[in-house]
Amino acid sequence: MLHYFRRGALTGVAAAAALAVGLAVSTPAAQAETTLRVVPHSGLKILDPIWTTAYITRNHGYMIYDTLFTLDPDGNIQPQMVDEVTTSDDGLTVTMTLRDGLKWHDGADVTAEDTVASIERWASKDAMGQKMMQFVDSLEATDAKTMTFNLNTATGLIQLALAKPSSNVPFMMPARIAATPGDEQIEEYIGSGPFMFNNEEWEPGTKVVYEKFDDYVPRDEPTNGLAGAKVAKVDRVEWTPIRDIQQAVNAITAGEVDIIESVPPDLLPILNDGGEAYTMVYNPSGLQYTFRYNVLHPPFDNPAVRQALLYAFNQEDFLQAAIGDENYFQTCKAMFVCGLPFETDAHMDGLLESNFAKAREILQEAGYDGTPVVLMHSTNLPILTNLAPVAKDLMEAVGLNVDMQSMDWSTLVARRSKKDAPADGGWNAFLTAWDAGDLFNPLAMAFLNSGCDKALFGWPCDEQIEKLRDDFARAGSFDEQKQIVEALQARWVEYPTHIHLGQFNTPTALRNDVKGMLEAGVPVFWNISKGE
Amino acid sequence: MAAVDQSPFRQTLGRVFSNTSVLIGGGLALVIVLIGLLAPYLDTRDPAGISPANRNKPPGFETTVRDYDTGQKIPVTYRMGSDTLGRDIYSRVVYGARTSLIVGVSVAAIAIFLGTLIGLLAGYFRWADGIIMRIMDGMMAIPAILLAIAVVSLFSAGLLSVIIAIVVSEIPRVVRLVRSVVLSIREEPYVEAAITAGTPTPTLLMRHVLPNTLAPLIVQGTFIVASAIIVEAILSFLGIGIPPDIPTWGNIMAEGRQVFQLHPHNILYPGAILGLTVLAVNILGDGLRDTMDPRFSKRV
Amino acid sequence: MLSYLIKRILATIPVMLFVAVFIFLLLRLTPGDPAAMLAGDFANDAQIAEIRAKLGLDEPLWKQFGLWISDMLRFELGESFYYKKEVSELILSRIEPTLSLSLLTIIFTVLIAVPLGTIAAYKQGSWMDRGIMGFSVLGFSLPVFVIGYGLIYVFSVQLGWLPVQGYARIADGVGEWLYRLILPAIALSVIFVAFIARMTRTSVLEVLGEDYIRTARAKGQTESRVLMRHALRNAAVPIVTVIGLAIAILIGGVVVTESVFTIPGLGLLTVEAVLNRDFPTIQAVILFFSVVYVLINLAVDVSYTLLDPRIRY
Repeated sequence: MLHYFRRGALTGVAAAAALAVGLAVSTPAAQAETTLRVVPHSGLKILDPIWTTAYITRNHGYMIYDTLFTLDPDGNIQPQMVDEVTTSDDGLTVTMTLRDGLKWHDGADVTAEDTVASIERWASKDAMGQKMMQFVDSLEATDAKTMTFNLNTATGLIQLALAKPSSNVPFMMPARIAATPGDEQIEEYIGSGPFMFNNEEWEPGTKVVYEKFDDYVPRDEPTNGLAGAKVAKVDRVEWTPIRDIQQAVNAITAGEVDIIESVPPDLLPILNDGGEAYTMVYNPSGLQYTFRYNVLHPPFDNPAVRQALLYAFNQEDFLQAAIGDENYFQTCKAMFVCGLPFETDAHMDGLLESNFAKAREILQEAGYDGTPVVLMHSTNLPILTNLAPVAKDLMEAVGLNVDMQSMDWSTLVARRSKKDAPADGGWNAFLTAWDAGDLFNPLAMAFLNSGCDKALFGWPCDEQIEKLRDDFARAGSFDEQKQIVEALQARWVEYPTHIHLGQFNTPTALRNDVKGMLEAGVPVFWNISKGE
Repeated sequence: MAAVDQSPFRQTLGRVFSNTSVLIGGGLALVIVLIGLLAPYLDTRDPAGISPANRNKPPGFETTVRDYDTGQKIPVTYRMGSDTLGRDIYSRVVYGARTSLIVGVSVAAIAIFLGTLIGLLAGYFRWADGIIMRIMDGMMAIPAILLAIAVVSLFSAGLLSVIIAIVVSEIPRVVRLVRSVVLSIREEPYVEAAITAGTPTPTLLMRHVLPNTLAPLIVQGTFIVASAIIVEAILSFLGIGIPPDIPTWGNIMAEGRQVFQLHPHNILYPGAILGLTVLAVNILGDGLRDTMDPRFSKRV
Repeated sequence: MLSYLIKRILATIPVMLFVAVFIFLLLRLTPGDPAAMLAGDFANDAQIAEIRAKLGLDEPLWKQFGLWISDMLRFELGESFYYKKEVSELILSRIEPTLSLSLLTIIFTVLIAVPLGTIAAYKQGSWMDRGIMGFSVLGFSLPVFVIGYGLIYVFSVQLGWLPVQGYARIADGVGEWLYRLILPAIALSVIFVAFIARMTRTSVLEVLGEDYIRTARAKGQTESRVLMRHALRNAAVPIVTVIGLAIAILIGGVVVTESVFTIPGLGLLTVEAVLNRDFPTIQAVILFFSVVYVLINLAVDVSYTLLDPRIRY
């Protein structure tokens, strides 16, 4: 009876609905506006890409802002807003000219004054920016389109830093907005990128709307990842996060959304059954899972106890548990990411192979006394949820006491900045993931920063690592840099700051009529067309 | 005659144990209790033991896992399949019975203890009645699950906070029940006689009032067990109950949500046993109500 | 009757007051700084101080309550720190799905439960009666999310007839709206069908024993007419009371059902608020649901004085 009822009721209603929809669609529109409906990996709540390192805010930055330089997919520095760079013979004066036709979304011209202010604000926040500024005696706008850097030492770091592709990206903003102190959030969202931010339709965490910026002048070079021409091929981009990723997958099959930024490989069979969408990987270098210690408190204040984990862990278990599909992960012993220039597995022999006997031996020598490890377990991000239980399992296998505490990610983020003892609301360890774009060299890799109080949460404190990072910034050649990277890995084995647990990709799903998503390392929405 | 030495208590007991609902419901409930108690002996493995290589396997999957201490491969069967961490759903479901029963029984015990105390106060002392009952009305005006959610949101997730939250939402019903019993008992001639005879209040309450609340409270207690088990499962399922590393039926289902379309076993097995448990307790409750407490045969 | 109505309406005021006090105290009396809790995990000291000032946390408790209740009465429910939006706005935008789901559930329930209960009563003791009552115990025992997933598994995953999850606004077409709400509404109505079928059976049984039914039968009226005209009509009073009680379960059920089917209503809002420790929203949503609940019960009481003029107080 129920069966009949449902079918009967449905077919009738559905037919009526189809009729109504058909009528609505057949109304001729003057010019069809194309809207790209995107399910981002999380909701956008903070709009200042210099204030936060959150990837969703970085991605927002790429929509509405432009950058002076960028890295192409091969890792080469390419100009974006900059037209020409000249360096004096002694290497101490670097002059950059902006290219013609650059406009802010409010119609004003982009000037060198704007870009100088933007660089200064970024450098006040970003670790690599701070490093860069150590080489800069003065930075001035010498005319409307020209910036001049006066350096104290010749360095290649200026362009490399300004081409930084991931958080924090040196995005360019009008001078009046860039005048906001770095520890306060900006309140006006005007850039010079290919899309404009629609302030009226913004619902924090729920919906973001971007519109094509008609006055954007793309570069002449062909599009190549983040480099070359940025051509917006749709009129409107909407970001609407869907909390339940399974529902998002059903929605793309039903044609309700066009792109899902990140689909857990577990759900690909549903997507494939639907037949309405395909997948691609916009970030071939992927992300790296990372285990972070807090060196302030026992037992991880003892480097030997930290070292024991280098033996206890193996990457396969983490990758299997969290990703599960071998097409989308790869074990990699190189700290600086397999497939990127500084890949090397020097000094990594025997590590990350779950050699429990060796790990136990080290723990015993280190005099581990059974102090529990407070391991923070974030439970609401599918991409991270399964990591902590694996870490707990492996730590317990070598005799560590583990107190795994479950919490949502935002609680974890708040708690990880607390230096208190674990018993008083602090912590010993947690796991996260970093974009390869944030790991490509020792200066970019934030977890390697061992500047004690100035280091990121976990607060490693080691003069040798700091010295090597400084040497890297000053190194003149790639070979020299590569040697420093190997030396860093050697020091890291003695003084571990974090553990890399393997690389992974998450596939992006696109409806079959959506084409042109770039392998840019970050999700960018220019060059994407929809329909036909 | 033989019937002469049959006390009313024995008669009730006889009625109770010859009632079909009591036998069926009680029998089923007993089986679940035994499952919970004997969990380690029911061919289970460590319910928290993960095995990343064996994730999302279907029910009946056979494989080998490596023992960390000996390094040997041990053959294992995933009777009800595995979850996204390769944990054994069967073992988790069996151990989950413990959590459900602990929550159900402790909530019923605490709610009845506190509720009886407050109910006696309200029913016996006129001055307390007005205030207490207005407070209970106010609490009952907040739907039970929302009340539990509100209380649980204030504490960090844990077994204790879940129990407290459910107790808070169950108390008003017990108070109402006890109060109504007390009010009706007060009017009985023998109680009035006792009052006139100058029996001290505590003795009066213990002697005459409390015994009369026993039968309805046992019935009500059974229903509280059922409802506490459901609310605990709901809270855990919503991700705001017991921490996810403790196996509870609600947690197992919550973890299975994301892959439900592909691997429905994570949700269907614990769901089925949860339903069965609540069903057993409810049938038992119905039977007890019909046999022990015909006067209060409506759900409060 | 008018005086009764006025009395009944006045009686809800102390109840509402206690609800308000309870929800107010819930946050104030817990360990920790309520301003810090309301401000959320990312607030800086200045923001906390601002909230502290706004709530008047340095004032005596009764004054704070006055401030709070006057805000609530003006529907100024504060700003959600998670969504960075007025909570009142959030609630308004989430009402439609919840209301849709609830109404459809009630319709399904009445359409299924009342006939089932009546049949059970009419054929008392038969296999149909026993079957219906057995189903009733079962329906009462299965948590709504178990039923929900069972239905999804059969009708969406296996048969592919209905969508797994999601909601369509009624403005986007009634067909799509109904198509997406059928499963959630059925899942949610099972417990009410169980509950109300039982109550209908009891009250119809009582009524069937009354003299006027025998009279009607003796007068030669058809059985269906007897049932419809007399029995059901007189059984309506207890049924309506039960529906009032059932609203509490409905509100709880909505929270769970919306979570299972990802319907962006007030229930999902509640769960998200708790998961994000969004206290302004938690407070407001619970207060809102409680007010609705009390008002519905008031309406139920009032309506049965109207339904049955014999009831006088």
